[in-house]
Amino acid sequence: MTAATNTKRNLVTAALVAPAAAWLMIFLVLPFIAMLVFAFGERAPEGGYQAAFTFAQFANLPTRAAAFWNTLILAPIGALACLLIAYPVAYYLAVRANPRYRLILVSLVVVPFWTSLLVRTYAWMYILGSRGIPNLLSMIGIEDVRMLNTPGAVLLGIVYGYLPLMIMPIYVSLEKLDRRLLEASADLGAKPVSTFFGVTLPLSLPGVMTGVALVTILLLGEYLIPQLLGGGKVFFIGNALVDLFLQSRNWPFGSAIAVTLVAVVVVILMVAMRIAFRVAGTRQVDLV
Amino acid sequence: MSKWYRENAPITADQLADELMRLKRGSVTRRHFLGVTGLGLATAVLARQPGLFNSTAFAGDLGTQMSIATWPNYHDPATFEAFQAATGVAVEVNVFGSNEEMLAKLQAGGTGWDLFVPTNYTISTYVKLGLIDELDMSKLPNYDAATETARFTNEGVVDGKTYAVPKNWGTTGIAVNSAKIKKPVTSWKDFFEIAMTEGDGRAMVHDYQLTTIGNALVSLGYSFNSIKPDELAKAEELLIKVKPHLYAINSDYQPSMRATDAWMTMCWTNDGAQLNRDMPEILFTLGKDGGEIWSDFYAIPKSAANKAAGYALLNYLMAPENAMKEHIANGAPTTDSRVMKLLPVDVTGNKIVYPDEASLTPLEFGAAVTLTDPGRAELMARFKSA
Repeated sequence: MTAATNTKRNLVTAALVAPAAAWLMIFLVLPFIAMLVFAFGERAPEGGYQAAFTFAQFANLPTRAAAFWNTLILAPIGALACLLIAYPVAYYLAVRANPRYRLILVSLVVVPFWTSLLVRTYAWMYILGSRGIPNLLSMIGIEDVRMLNTPGAVLLGIVYGYLPLMIMPIYVSLEKLDRRLLEASADLGAKPVSTFFGVTLPLSLPGVMTGVALVTILLLGEYLIPQLLGGGKVFFIGNALVDLFLQSRNWPFGSAIAVTLVAVVVVILMVAMRIAFRVAGTRQVDLV
Repeated sequence: MSKWYRENAPITADQLADELMRLKRGSVTRRHFLGVTGLGLATAVLARQPGLFNSTAFAGDLGTQMSIATWPNYHDPATFEAFQAATGVAVEVNVFGSNEEMLAKLQAGGTGWDLFVPTNYTISTYVKLGLIDELDMSKLPNYDAATETARFTNEGVVDGKTYAVPKNWGTTGIAVNSAKIKKPVTSWKDFFEIAMTEGDGRAMVHDYQLTTIGNALVSLGYSFNSIKPDELAKAEELLIKVKPHLYAINSDYQPSMRATDAWMTMCWTNDGAQLNRDMPEILFTLGKDGGEIWSDFYAIPKSAANKAAGYALLNYLMAPENAMKEHIANGAPTTDSRVMKLLPVDVTGNKIVYPDEASLTPLEFGAAVTLTDPGRAELMARFKSA
C-alpha cells in the first residue's frame, strides 16, 4: 500500500466522520463545557448566571438528596420491572412465535411509538384518575380509591413507556440464539428450566444488559412521567433541574446537578457495559 | 351546545355556488349576488366593527402568526378565533403556572412571544432587566387610562412610562368541593388543617412560590410577602408537613377539581367562577386571615418577533365589547368601567367575581421582592423535592 492511497483513505474517513464529529462538538461537548463553567458560578440577583469561582453549588447538592434518591431507586426498579415483563415477551417473539407472523408481532411492539409519549401519558391520567379505574371500583363498593399522583402510578407509567425499549434488545439477542444449542442441551438430558438458565438466559445477557442500561439511563433524566402521573410530588432529578432553570432561575446550581447526573450516568454505563461484555466474552469462550 | 354555524347562514353552500356561477356568467348583477348571499351585509358589518379594520394598529403588515404567553383557562378561545377571522393572524397560546416561569423563559431568550400576561408585582423587575418595551400608546386607541381603576393599574406604569396595561384583577382564594368536604373552610389556617385531615390526599397547592409560600405564611399569621428567614423557615416546616397529604402541586387545578380527583385547591378568582358555574357544589372563599389580591397585565416583550400583531391583539382585547366577552367567559373581574357597564347583572352580581369590599381588606398585593428573593425560590424548590 502506498503512502498516497493511505492519505486518500484517511481523508475519506475524515470526511465521513466530520459531520458527526462537528455535531457532537457543537451540541454535546461545547454545551457540556458551558455547563461545567456555570456549575462553578453564582446565581445573579434576579436569577440566571453570574461569573464566579465557587464550590458552593456542589456543597448545596445534599438539599436535592431526596430527588437523587428517588431517581436512583425508581430508575433501577423501573428498569427491573420492565425487564421482568419484557423478557417473556421477547422470548415468545424470538423463539416461540410463528415465523410467518413474527415481523407483524415485532412491529406491534413499536406501534405505541407512533403516538407521542405525552399523549399516551395523558391517557393514563384519565385511566388512573377518578373517572377511570377508581370509578369502576366504586361500582363494586370500593370508594375513594386514589391511584393518580402516587409513586405506583409513576412506576406504572415508566414500565408502560419504556417497555418497547427493553423488549427490542432482548429480542435481537434471543433471535440470534442457535437453536442447535437448545437441542444439544435437551439431548444431554437437561430439563427445560435448566436449559433456560444454563443456555438461553446467559446467551441473551448482552441484550438484557443493553436494555437495562438503556432504560435506566433514560429514566435517570425522566421528567414527564413523574410530572404528569406523580402530580409534581414524586420528584425526579429531571424535575429538580426543570425547577432550577424554569422557576428559581438558579442556573449554576442546576448546572452542578446536571454535571453530577452526567457523572452518575457515566459510572452506571461503564459498570453495566463491563458486566455485559465480561459475561458475553466468557460464555463465548466456553462455547467455542 | 351552540348551533352549527351553517344553520344560521342565509344561503346553503349549493345555492351559493349556483349564484356565484350566475354572477360569473353575468346573468345577475354584483349587487344581486351580494344581497342574496348575505355577503354584502357581512362585509358591511365587519367594516363598521370598531377596532377591526379601521384601526391604526391594523395598518401595517401583521403576518399570519403570533404567540401569547398566559395562564391556564384564562381566555375565551372564541376571542382568538374572532381575532384571526378579522386579521388573518393565528394566535398560538402558551400556558404557564407561575410568573417565575415566564421570567425564566424571557431571561433565557428566544421565547417568540409577542404578548404576555405578567402579574402586577413582576413588572418593575421586567423593566429593570430591560425585558419589556415601553408601550406605544398611539397603537392602542382602544385603551383609556381614565376609565381604569388606579389601584389595579398603577404597577403598569414605571417612572411615568406605561409598560403594561391591565387585563383584569382578581384574588387567590380557596375552592372546595362541598359535596366531599363537609367542614367549612374559611381561612388558610383551615385550608392546611383540612388538607391533612378530611381532605387528606385531595388538596392541591399551586406550583408557584408566591401563592403557595404566601398562603402558608398567612396561615401562620405572617405577611403574604414575608422574606424574613425565620418566618420562611416556619412556612417551610408547615409545607413539608403537609406535602405527603397533598394530591398534587400544580397550578392547572381545574381538570383535577372537575374530575373530583382533587377536592380542595388554592384557586384564582376566574377559575373559582368557572368551576362554580359548571359545578355549583364547588365553592370559592377568600381566606379571612388574608391572602393575595392581584391584577394581571398585558405587556410586549422586547424580544417579540411580531410586535405589530402583538399590538393589534392587545388593542383588540382592549376594545370594551371584546373585553366584555372575555370577562364573561373567564370569570375574572374587570378593571375598566366601560367594560363594567357592558357586563350582564348576573356577572357583576356574582360574589365570587365581585366580592364585598370588606372581604378584600385582609388581602395583600404581591411584592416585587418576592419574585427575585433567592430564599423564597430555594424554599419552593426544597418543598417540591422533599
